This record gives sequence, C-alpha cells and structure tokens, in this order.
Amino acid sequence: MNKHVQPDLDTSPKVSDEIRKTTCYMCACRCGINVHIQDEKVKYIEGNRDHPINKGVLCAKGSAGIMQHYSPARLKAPMKRVGPRGSGEFEEISWDEAFQIASDWLTPLRETAPEKLAFFTGRDQSQSLTSMWAQNFGTPNYAAHGGFCSVNMAAAGIYTMGGAFWEFGQPDWERAEMFMIFGVAEDHDSNPIKMGLSRLKERGAKVVGVNPVRSGYNAIADEWVGITPGTDGLFILSMIRELLAAGKVDLDYLIRYTNAPYLVNVTEGSAENGLFLRDKNGEPLVLDRVSGKAVAWNKKGVKPNLQGEHTVKGVKYRPSFQLMAEKYLVDDYLPENVAERTGVSADTIRRLSAELAHAAFEKEITIDQPWTDFRGEKHDKMIGRPVAFHAMRGISAHSNGFQTCRALHLLQILLGSVEVPGGYRFKPPYPKPVTIHPKPHSVVTPGKPLNGPHLGFPQGPEDLAIDKDGNAIRIDKAFTWENPMSAHGMMHMVISNAHAGIPYKIDTLFMYMANMSWNSSMNTRGVMDMLTDKDESGDYVIPRIIYSDAYSSEMVAFSDLILPDTTYLERHDCISLLDRPISEAEAMCDSIRWPVVEPDRDVRGFQSALIQLGGKMKLPGFTNDDGTPKYEDYADYIVNHQRRPGVGPLAGWRNEDGSGKGRGEPNPKQIDKYIENGGFFMEHIPDEALFYKPWNQAYQDWAVERGIFDAPAPYMFNIYVEQIQKFNLAAQGHGDIQPPDYLREQLKTAMDPLPIWWQPYEEELVNGAEYPLHALTQRPAAMYHSWGSQNAWLRQIHGHNPLFVSGDVWKQHGFAEGDWAYLKSHHGEIKVPVVLMEALNAKTVWTWNAIGKRKGAWALDEDAPETTKGFLLNHLIHELLPPKGDGMRWSNSDPITGQAAWYDLRVNIRRADAPADLQSQPSPAPQTSPVGQGPKDIAYGEEF
Amino acid sequence: MTTLPQTTQKKLGLAIDLDICVGCHACVINCKEWNTSNYGAPLSDQDAYGANPVGTFLNRIHTFEVKAENKPAQTVHFPKSCLHCEDAPCVTVCPTGASYKRVEDGIVLVNESDCIGCGLCAWACPYGARELDAKEGVMKKCTLCVDRIYNENLPEEDREPACVRTCPANARHFGDFADPDSNVSVMSRERGAVPLFEDQGTKPVNRYLPPRPKADIQTDGDINILAPFLDTTPSPQKGLLGWLDKALEAI
Repeated sequence: MNKHVQPDLDTSPKVSDEIRKTTCYMCACRCGINVHIQDEKVKYIEGNRDHPINKGVLCAKGSAGIMQHYSPARLKAPMKRVGPRGSGEFEEISWDEAFQIASDWLTPLRETAPEKLAFFTGRDQSQSLTSMWAQNFGTPNYAAHGGFCSVNMAAAGIYTMGGAFWEFGQPDWERAEMFMIFGVAEDHDSNPIKMGLSRLKERGAKVVGVNPVRSGYNAIADEWVGITPGTDGLFILSMIRELLAAGKVDLDYLIRYTNAPYLVNVTEGSAENGLFLRDKNGEPLVLDRVSGKAVAWNKKGVKPNLQGEHTVKGVKYRPSFQLMAEKYLVDDYLPENVAERTGVSADTIRRLSAELAHAAFEKEITIDQPWTDFRGEKHDKMIGRPVAFHAMRGISAHSNGFQTCRALHLLQILLGSVEVPGGYRFKPPYPKPVTIHPKPHSVVTPGKPLNGPHLGFPQGPEDLAIDKDGNAIRIDKAFTWENPMSAHGMMHMVISNAHAGIPYKIDTLFMYMANMSWNSSMNTRGVMDMLTDKDESGDYVIPRIIYSDAYSSEMVAFSDLILPDTTYLERHDCISLLDRPISEAEAMCDSIRWPVVEPDRDVRGFQSALIQLGGKMKLPGFTNDDGTPKYEDYADYIVNHQRRPGVGPLAGWRNEDGSGKGRGEPNPKQIDKYIENGGFFMEHIPDEALFYKPWNQAYQDWAVERGIFDAPAPYMFNIYVEQIQKFNLAAQGHGDIQPPDYLREQLKTAMDPLPIWWQPYEEELVNGAEYPLHALTQRPAAMYHSWGSQNAWLRQIHGHNPLFVSGDVWKQHGFAEGDWAYLKSHHGEIKVPVVLMEALNAKTVWTWNAIGKRKGAWALDEDAPETTKGFLLNHLIHELLPPKGDGMRWSNSDPITGQAAWYDLRVNIRRADAPADLQSQPSPAPQTSPVGQGPKDIAYGEEF
Repeated sequence: MTTLPQTTQKKLGLAIDLDICVGCHACVINCKEWNTSNYGAPLSDQDAYGANPVGTFLNRIHTFEVKAENKPAQTVHFPKSCLHCEDAPCVTVCPTGASYKRVEDGIVLVNESDCIGCGLCAWACPYGARELDAKEGVMKKCTLCVDRIYNENLPEEDREPACVRTCPANARHFGDFADPDSNVSVMSRERGAVPLFEDQGTKPVNRYLPPRPKADIQTDGDINILAPFLDTTPSPQKGLLGWLDKALEAI
C-alpha cells in the first residue's frame, strides 16, 4: 500500500508574459477577449470581463481561437491559378504582382463598363468600407451576404419599427417575465443569448422556444413549441387574432406610438387605394374622437379613433387599426383552423396568447423615471410590458419570411412591448426610421463613382434599380419587380445570373469570405459547374474571379487570383457605428481589432489590401489630390476617414485630446486609446433616455449630440406599411412605373401592407404526397459562423453531420441504428447516414450545416469524416423553384426581399444500407490543397 | 494501491446546473485551452486533421434525449468531468501513488512524474472521467484548475476553474461543499441537487442541479389555467371590436 503522499505543487505558476485585449471573430458575436501572450505566441484566450457584449464569458469557438490562428489551412501568400478552375493548382506570387494583375483587370472595366465588376462580400463586417470602395469604383453590383442570410428579418424590422432583432436590439433580459424565441438554433447571437436565458431562468421568467428542432436554446426552454417549418406566420397571426378578439392590446401605445390611427383610403379602384389621407403638408390624418373630424396625427390634443369611417369627396377612409382587425378577426386565423397546418394545438395557441396577455398587462412594470416625449408631453414614469421576443433565420429563410417577421413585430407592437421596460429594446444607432435610411442607388457613369450607396430601403417603385424598359440594372436583380425590397442585395443569385448572362455578362467576380462553391450556395454542384463552364471559344463564361480568404476553403480552388487574408488576431478592424456595431440597449459601443500577434507569412488584412488596391487604381475616396494613396492601410482609414464632418468609423476618443464622443476631429492616438481601454468604447445613454427611444426627446437629442444622426428623427411604428402598398398599387395598374404582367398577381398577393401568411412556394409546387417532409439545417453552437472545420479541437465535437430523423419517420421507414438513407428533393438526391431524434417536429428532418467538406479543402486528409460521412443539404436546394408550367422559372426566394428560401425545402426519404466505404453521396472529386495537409498529431502548449 | 487521506479540510467541487446548460461546449474547449498549456503535459490530439481525430479532454458534454409517454421529448446536455470523490477508487487503485487526493481541499490529482500510464485508475472510475494522453502516456484528469484557484498571478476574481469562468450560461459554479453556507452548498440544497451514481459508493463531491419541471403541453385542454383571462367568445351584438369604444374612453 502506498501511503498518501502529496508532492510539492506550485499553485501560482506564471500565467503569461502579458495580456492583449482585442475583439473575437470566431463568429459574428464580437466578444471582447483577453489574449494571453507568451514568447510572442498565443497561450490562452479568455473573455474580457469589462466588455459590454460578453462580460467575461467566452464560448467554445472563442476558446478554440488558438487552433484557428495556428491552423494548417491558412493561406501563405498571394496566389495565381495555374491549373484549371476548380483544381486547386496555384503558384504563389508577390503582393505587387497580385495588385498589378487586379489593377490590370479592373481599371479598364472602370473606364468603360464598371458594371462588369461584381463585388460581393460574405460574412465580413466592414461593409461601410467595402460599399464605399464599390461606390467609388462605380459598379452597381455590390452587396454583402444578407440576401442569403436574414434580410427578411432586417427589412421587416426596419420597415415596421425602425430596427430588427440581434444587432438592432435585445430583449430586456433583466425585466421580461415571458420570452418567446422563434427559429433560433444556437446562433445569432451566441453568448448574449446564453447569458440572457440564464438571467431569465434565474428570475423565474418563462421561456418558450418555437422551433421544429429541440436543441440548444430550445432544449432549456420551459416550453417547446415544435412548430412545422414555414408556418410561424400563421401561428403568430392566430395569436394576434386571439388578442384582438379579447381586447388584449395596448391601445394607448398604439395611438401614441404607431400609425394605427392613420386614415387609409379604402375605396376600391382609387389610384390612392391603401394610401394614407394626408394634409397639404404631407402629414397623415387621423379621426379625432372629440370633433369627429380628420386632423393631422400630430395636432396638439388630438384624440384619435381606431375605428370609424371618414369620407372626403366620395372617397372613404378608415383607420389602419380597423383594417388590421378586420383582416385578422376572421375564421381563417382561429386556432382550430391553423392547428393542423402549424402542428400546434388550438389549446396551446390560446393558452400562449393568454400567457402573453397576462404577462404584458397583469405584470405591468413601472419605473419611476420622468421623461418627455417628442410632442413635449411630460411623463412621470416609464410603463413596461414585460414580454420579449427574439427570432432569427428559422422564420426568415422562407419564401413567406418577410411577412412572417412583420407578423411577429406586429405582435410585439400590439402588446406595447417594444422600447419599453421588460420588452424589446433597440441598441444605438437604432432605432432609426425607415425613411432616413438610404435608398438604393444604381446610376452608372463609366470612370465615375456610382450616384450613391448601393443598398437601401425603397419607398416606392421609383426607387427600383431598373432601367426605363424595366430591365434589372444589378447583376443579382435586386430591387426589381421580382423582389422590390431586396435591401441587402442577393448574393446567392450572382453566380447563376452571371453564368446565364442575364441581365448581362460580367467580366470579374470579386468576393471576400464567402464559400460560394460550397455551403453558401444553393445547388452546389450546379454552381461548381457554372464557375468552371467555358464558352465556344474556350474561355470561362465568368472570365475572372478574385477571391480573398484566410483559409484554403472550397472557393479558393475556383478563383484565379487569391488575396490571402490574416487571422483576426493579426489585423486591424473596427466594429463601427457606421456598420454593425456592438452597442447595448443602455450604451452606444464600438470596438477594434488590432494585431496582437504579427503575421508569420505574406498575408494582409483584406480591408488593407482593398484600400491599397484602391490607391493603386487611384479610386476617388482612396486617393489624394496629388494622386498619392490617401490611406496606408485599414488602421489609417479607421482613424482618418470621415463619413460626415466629425463622424468617422470609430466614435470614441475623437479630437486630438480624446474628448470627442461620437463627434470630433480625427485623433492620431485613437487606436492607442482603444487598446488602453481594452479594445472598445462605451458611452452610456442617460437614464431619462433609456426607453421609448423613438419618441423620447432626451434620447433624440443625445443621439444627435453623439453623431448617430444630425437632427432628431422621432417616428411612428408602422403596423401598416404604406411603402409596400405603393408596389401593390402599381401591380393593380396605377402609376407610371409598371411591373411586367407575369408578376402582377404575385405582387398583388405578396405586397400586402398588413402581415399575411402564404404557403411556402416550393411546398405549393411540389406534390406533398411525393415530398412529405421538411428538411432543415442549423449551425451548432460550437461551430456557428466559425469557419471551424480545420480547427483541431472543434472538429472533435462536430466532425460529421448525420441526418436527424423524427421517431415517426424512423418507425415508418424501419430505420435501425447505423442505417443510411436516400433523401430526395425535386432537384436532387443525396445518400447520407441517419440518426433518430425524438425532440423534433414529426414532419421534419434536419442536419448541421457546413460540416461536410470537399476533399482537399481546409488542409484535411481526404478521408476526414467531414469529407466522407459529412454532407451538404445544399445539393437538394435549387435557386429556382420547380417549373410551374408557365414556361418560366421562378426564384426560390421571398418575393418581397429576395431572401433565399433555404428552409422551404421538401423531401422524401427511403432507407439505404450503409455503404462499405461510408461515403456520402454526391462526393465531388478532390481539389488539390494549395497548403498541403495538416500535421498528424499535435500537442499545443508543449512550448510553454 | 494508494491510501486516501482520512478527511480533507475542504471539499472543493462544482455544482452544474442542468436546467440552463445549452450544450454549447464552451467549458469543454476553454478547459482544453487552459490545461494544454498549464498543469502537467499538454492535452494532445492524434490524427488532428485526419480520419479519426482523437484528443485528450478533461471535460466533455454528453447529449441525450428523455422521452416520457405522451410527452414531447426533451434534450438534455450533460457536462462531465472528474467529480473529486471522497472515496475515490481511482486513487486507491493506483499502484504507484501517483493518484492522490489533496488533504487541504479534496482535489484529486495525478502526479505525472510518478504515473506509469497503466490505466487502472481509468478502469476504476465509474464516471469515465480520466483520459490517458496518447502522446505523453500519462493519465490526465480535471485538476479543478488547481493552478488557477490559488494563483497569485491572477486577479482574485479569476481564481476559479476555467470552465466556470467561461460558461456563458452561468451553469457552472465552484465552491466548498464542506461549508454548508457556501454558494454551492446553498444552491444544492435549494435545487435538490443530486450526486451522480450514488450507488457506486464513491461519494462524489460535484453535484448536478436537475432541470426544473417543463411546461410542455401539446394537448393541454385541462391545464388552460388562463382561459378565463382570454375569453374570446364572440359577442355579436357588440360588433367586431365590441370592446374598443369603451377601452378608448378609458385612455
């Protein structure tokens, strides 16, 4: 027997040489991190306790940043293609040569036909810079990834209430009594939701998860609503019906803060049918309950009615609230009549409606904080409705997604729970009315900048990006009658349109951080063929492709010129209030990244490379009057660029003495100040301005002072969106700008100024008996947005992705453990491994997205599980709908915004024996790895 | 064979809240990240970019489903690491004395310089909480971050295990179970915490706080407690929005 012996133990070993504080970029959450450096290597990464986003915590991705930084898949130097497209054969070149090639390709385009450059960026967060570059180049063909991600969510939110979910706002985690989360897997966003859910549960608030799949956040919800995909809108409108019927809506809120009382023209056939009655100043009118007259909405002392009728010269008008009530108080929305389709019982719909009403109105919150509204009326307290919501791609990535997101915002507004204590709160620079956002711009003049920002929010048909014959000006056909409000562009249509030459052929496709030849495209096989297709003369149909990525992704192989990016630990970045900042509901915040370690190879941050290319090409905005480059690199731009006088990419420590907050002259020491402060800037909103921001005079004044906007911009929420109706009127034949006839019926249905629900398009077109199941993907918490398959630690958690099958389907098809299945859609068939999951909507199968990899990519062995058992559902999804029989092919997207309808997919399943080689199908041929393969074994930390 | 101390002055351990663990693996990876560069040999990974990547982890999350008859299935995420048992069989089985339990705080550790990598302790552990590092050939296990919790080079607020500090959902708590007034003792009492596999007789120190009861009701006619509150029975004589005029008067 060995006696108990305790060796001497040093319990205070050295932790590291120093801590450098920067911003994580393992996903889009942008947490603050403390990077422990030893011997100039990264030893340990932890959350920054002072940081507003994560307050010290850090997720699996953030903690695995070391493996991402030292990944063998990292590109090493600029490269030009030497083998055929798709082969992955490259030759390393210098940056000088790379810039020369790019400049030789692009400069002539700018002088003659700038639209022949299509510049699309993926998941980057520097759109303020990249869009300015594209504007100065002069091409109309620019957007980021919102079109295939969640533009339905963003656009519906902005049009309805001047802000949406996630980066636009957050639930009041500290005060909400009931929280409903729709269509959120384990992402968007990551740590703040986990922290918030924890706070809700600690306080005993009720959490309801609405999702066909019960993983992640839904696993810990107090109640799980395993809804059938694509029916969330119907479920929400049924709850709205119940609340309206019971009178459980916040009338005072609707009258004060929304356009519910605005009078709407209800005379059929009128050229102004569906538009507001306005006075000569353009102010909408309401029906005054005292005088019975129509008066301006903002007239002092007006008491607006929410029902009634007003006639002017034979034209009839009713309040939009009444139109809404009439629309929803019909049997179509009775819980009994939506139960079967949604998979949610009528009793559950009624009970949840009642619980929402109970929380909102019986648990009213009062904060003793006086405030003054924009009308000058003083309030001695802040009243809260403690019901909060959050939603993401699960409800938006459908062909009915825009109106579904609108329906959810309408529910929030009817409960009076937006921008009040306990409800949903905006984060600066939001709230911001849709009318002060840019409109789309698309006027091209060779050799000159575009006439304004590419992306924006159309206010009517006059803002579409179409020529006088109605043809699309943009390569992605954004802002056309096919999808008039495509506010984020439509990146997912670029390659297929460019390949088809419709609306025209392009010369150079320039992309950043977008794996379009793999998991970021529908119809992956087809896209690979389009990228490699040649014309009769033997030239590629898409002649030139420039791509920037930090890693050897699948897309690298399909590019002609590679600009290798750095990792997030080696670069300057700004997470800017001009872009997608990190603000909190109670503070405006922005942050930076800075090189906490120096690159050990010939790579440059993409933004620096773009600025340097702009300087070389002498683009306006990037060139001084004497022709020299204006900025040395991104850091120089971050500090010295001014978007408006005194307003630049970073809000903190402006002016030479660092005194400027939001406004002020550039400060050469600004980045040092950020570094001293842990990498971020935070300025609290005054107490009297913390709620009711769209209507709160103190908030409006503070926002102007801080440079968020230049004049106060109070506004009403739009339960009724008049801009949408303008497109509908055009479809009815009114106005000069007319849609093509084949789109009229679609527009008349889809462009409804009040939220509606329709059956997802693919579901409508395929035979439900032939394709009885819905098929979905989600990103896992440990991988979301993290480009993580080359990450030695993360891939041990999610190394391959089975198809999860519900208990019903499992039994029906006689599946057994270890089985595989054929999964078939109208577009294709895949063969994949299956696993039983009971906590799943019975009509749904699903898998983790973007785990499957092409052989040869990401420095993985060719027999890595990601490339064998791993698979993509993308092979089953087409960018076009199945033929309708009208001789045309319609886009598989939302008809309002053009958002890719990933989750409309319908499939059937049949059992298959496990193949001997355990290889999923299809399995595209390997690409050559330009970076070789990763090492066999590793033991990180040996050196410390 | 190695003896355990008669008693320990403290019983340091973790209280893990299964009600709020979303299975995000933050604790798993932050543990790996800290421990691969600190106490003892690195936590190596074999075939790291290949067909069968297998590495050493001191903490893992297991996900499983619970399905009761006529109830919706539930997904449970279950993090598991060494439970620092009072009667730790991994210590008593150790042939060299490398495995030991600390007198001052009850932490079970492996003195790697005495470990011969025989693997007996891993066999003896009913929880599968020990992993033999394939590169170094020594047994690795949760140290409760013994090199953090007393580390004077760290700010005081950081002197807790890496998994606790990083957990985004605040599902992991660290403290002294020997002190009835400690954070972990109090929450264990209040939430009816359970020891894992009590019948194994190892007296684990760590505790699991069970999931709170769920309100999952898909066919719930009898539990419509708020039905009277939301009486939507149509009242035709009052019209579509019969309630509206009266409600507007009240504003």
